[in-house]
Amino acid sequence: MNKRAFLRNAAGLSLAPLAGRLLAAPAAGKSRFLLVFLRGGYDAANVLIPASSSFYYESRPNIAVARESVLPLTSEWGLHPALGDTVYRLYQNGQAAFIPFAGTEDLSRSHFETQDSMELGLAAEGARNFQSGFLNRLVSVLGASEAALRPRAMAFTDQLPLAFRGEAQVANMGLKFVGKPAVDARQSALIAAMYRGTPLAAQVNEGFAMRDDVLRDMAGEMEGAGRNAVSARGFEVEARRVAKLMKEQFNLGFVDVGGWDTHVGEGGASGFLATRLAELGRGLAAFADEQGPAWQDTVVVLISEFGRTFRENGNRGTDHGHGTVFWVLGGGIRGGRIAGDQVAVRQETLFQNRDYAVLNEYRGVLGGIFARLYGLEDATLERIFPGVKARDFALV
Amino acid sequence: MEVGTAKESHPVRAVNRACGPFLLLLVASCAGGPGDAPVPGSHAEDLLLLNRVTWGANPSSARELARMGPARYLEAQLQPAQEAALPPEAQAQVDAMTITQRPVDELAKEMESRRKGLDLLRNDDEKKAAQQAYQQELTRLGREAAARMLLRALYSPWQLREQMTWFWMNHFNVFQYKANLRVLVADYEERAIRPHALGRFRELLGATARHPAMLVYLDNAQNAANRINENYARELMELHTLGVDGGYTQRDVQELARILTGFVVREGWSEFIPGRHDYGDKLLLGRTIRGRGAAEVDEALDLLARHPATARFLCRKLALFFVSDDPSEALVERLASTFRSSDGDIAAVLRELFASAEFRASLGTKFKDPVHYVVSAVRLAYDGKAILNAGPMINWLGRMGEPLYARPTPDGFALTRTEWASAGQMATRFEIARTLGYGAAGLFRAEGPQPAERPAFPQLANALYYASMQETLAEPTRQGLDSATSPQEWNMLLLASPEFMNR
Repeated sequence: MNKRAFLRNAAGLSLAPLAGRLLAAPAAGKSRFLLVFLRGGYDAANVLIPASSSFYYESRPNIAVARESVLPLTSEWGLHPALGDTVYRLYQNGQAAFIPFAGTEDLSRSHFETQDSMELGLAAEGARNFQSGFLNRLVSVLGASEAALRPRAMAFTDQLPLAFRGEAQVANMGLKFVGKPAVDARQSALIAAMYRGTPLAAQVNEGFAMRDDVLRDMAGEMEGAGRNAVSARGFEVEARRVAKLMKEQFNLGFVDVGGWDTHVGEGGASGFLATRLAELGRGLAAFADEQGPAWQDTVVVLISEFGRTFRENGNRGTDHGHGTVFWVLGGGIRGGRIAGDQVAVRQETLFQNRDYAVLNEYRGVLGGIFARLYGLEDATLERIFPGVKARDFALV
Repeated sequence: MEVGTAKESHPVRAVNRACGPFLLLLVASCAGGPGDAPVPGSHAEDLLLLNRVTWGANPSSARELARMGPARYLEAQLQPAQEAALPPEAQAQVDAMTITQRPVDELAKEMESRRKGLDLLRNDDEKKAAQQAYQQELTRLGREAAARMLLRALYSPWQLREQMTWFWMNHFNVFQYKANLRVLVADYEERAIRPHALGRFRELLGATARHPAMLVYLDNAQNAANRINENYARELMELHTLGVDGGYTQRDVQELARILTGFVVREGWSEFIPGRHDYGDKLLLGRTIRGRGAAEVDEALDLLARHPATARFLCRKLALFFVSDDPSEALVERLASTFRSSDGDIAAVLRELFASAEFRASLGTKFKDPVHYVVSAVRLAYDGKAILNAGPMINWLGRMGEPLYARPTPDGFALTRTEWASAGQMATRFEIARTLGYGAAGLFRAEGPQPAERPAFPQLANALYYASMQETLAEPTRQGLDSATSPQEWNMLLLASPEFMNR
């Protein structure tokens, strides 16, 4: 049978090039975009589960999620039960969508190589410029015509990620462990006064202001802790902080979540991955909740450098693979569906007889989302992802 | 220098007695450690020179400079004695390290067999625990290397060499979290980089090319005839020698990759395996390189090291590090000419650089990257009193985004202000200034089951401050310092001041 017979496209639009016109007048400062990088190559096949595929169950005798535990999404796909109270609800409300068979052309299967090449957003072959990440280029092109359109960008990480490196100045501040600042208000004022009139005055003031915002949010957290029976932990805390900052101050953000490299004992419906997923889900739900009305204008995309081997390994885990599943979340998105090119999950459709294939290249996918979100023309997108045709799944 | 101790019930009174800023005692009357001895004849220009040539001015380096005079001091720094012991308490820490006591091949072999042993474990819990222990040991070895680097930067008399060691480690960057590089990184620094930090570039280049750390990091250990991996070849020209605009083509990358085939890494050693080498002739930068084995690599490295583009590329980077974020073309050209005429003598280039008017004029205007910021602060705080735990410094560098041996990408960290002066980064600096100004910050808490650290705080209002630092401060900084209500707060403000951000 012809493999292409399996090819289908849930959105029905993916092969049509984007119209070369302004799709909508960009709403200055209203659209918000957060990129969440799941570092370590999360096991996509145990999150968006091909529950109708007997091959899935054959391939994962120890770690498959039993059909009856899978939360149904479509006739083919289901969701990991650990996301039941969180992302599953968003999906049911049309606020979440998944793009399977997504990823990069990079075949190194190295975390390091692949994360880099994705953050740079350039063709896998060819010269690498480590001083130009694709989110930074997005900041530059959006701000090029009109300063008012320039995104207020922020990496919520200790170090500026590669994706945000480049021409445009982008701030960063890790929110994972925010201690109460030791420099008090009076001391901050003394320090700021020492910088008055120096080239660093603006950064120093902004740094204190940013810190104070986080501090205010933390005060809220502390109050909240009394009311909540279970206190928020890990990514949930971080995601709430990100949401607060993105609600008021920043409209383009980046955050990463690690701990997905499940070579050993990853578990199935419960176990290691399930615990990580539950925490991630709580974080995403908390982010949506904290955004309030701004959630309507927010798009969150989750990516990872690669998927994992479709078959489990000898240690009840999975190894580095290829195709993965991207997540698209947002209050105003056209979600509740599985988007992009797909292929039936069977042994014959595996890439190199081991991994998911990549049918939805990440730059095309992100380019399509940026095009809709910001009303970008092809020529502008070309400056963000050179040589790539945007894929429009009409999600935004 | 003397450190305020917890025995004093009132810290302000303690520091007053030890000559703090709150009583304007004569500097000469201060008692205490070497930091409090007067700094003769020291003036602002010497201070600025020290801040650039060393990891940060402190009283002992200021005294040395005053004793020798700037010319002799610089010359001595350019030609360091082969080895100089650190102060005993610091040296003892380095001597006790695993990376000092055991040869790298032995360590690599042991860690490799531990890694292989992991695959044999069948029980998931056991395997996870063993994997964790293995990773912890790798990390511990990487942290030893970082602690050794920091102790040298803090206390070695050969400050310029230690700075250049960091510079070249950054230039020939490796990422310690790739594969087992945490085992190799100490040896890479010790054998490939540090001995050549002020030597001939060609020797430095050759040492990095053959070191297992580089072979693993840029995948040249996987590069073999008919299974070409271009990664190292590309970076060797783009980042290590010619520079991205150095005039090479993709064809040159492919040809150089063929030349570089045949090296493998076994148990911490690199080895040339003739069967993996591509013996065909190659054409590199217009020159035919006759296929004949490992000698091709030497020929190629000669060609690259002596290429005019390499001289310009490296000299510009040195000027970026030692002069300004935007060094003049004239200066770069002059340095490049020295580089060429001296056959890549790094010390000769630096001698020329230090003698330039542009260097003099730039003193005090280069923004400190996090490593310079952290090391200079601790040098000033604990001159003559060796820290017992570099852990806090390692962590600060991580928080500030410039961890040792942990730049993932081969380009190394940027040397310009824009990379380091973001709002969040400035706020983090001030927090670190406060931590350092108010106490010992964990720097004197020895690792292991030791008694808790003796609480203490440094006194930055020392002899150096009164002899020269004070006069370099702008009026708003002085006013800020005058507003301090405790010596600890005064320390913090000095470390947070605009002047202390520069070198």
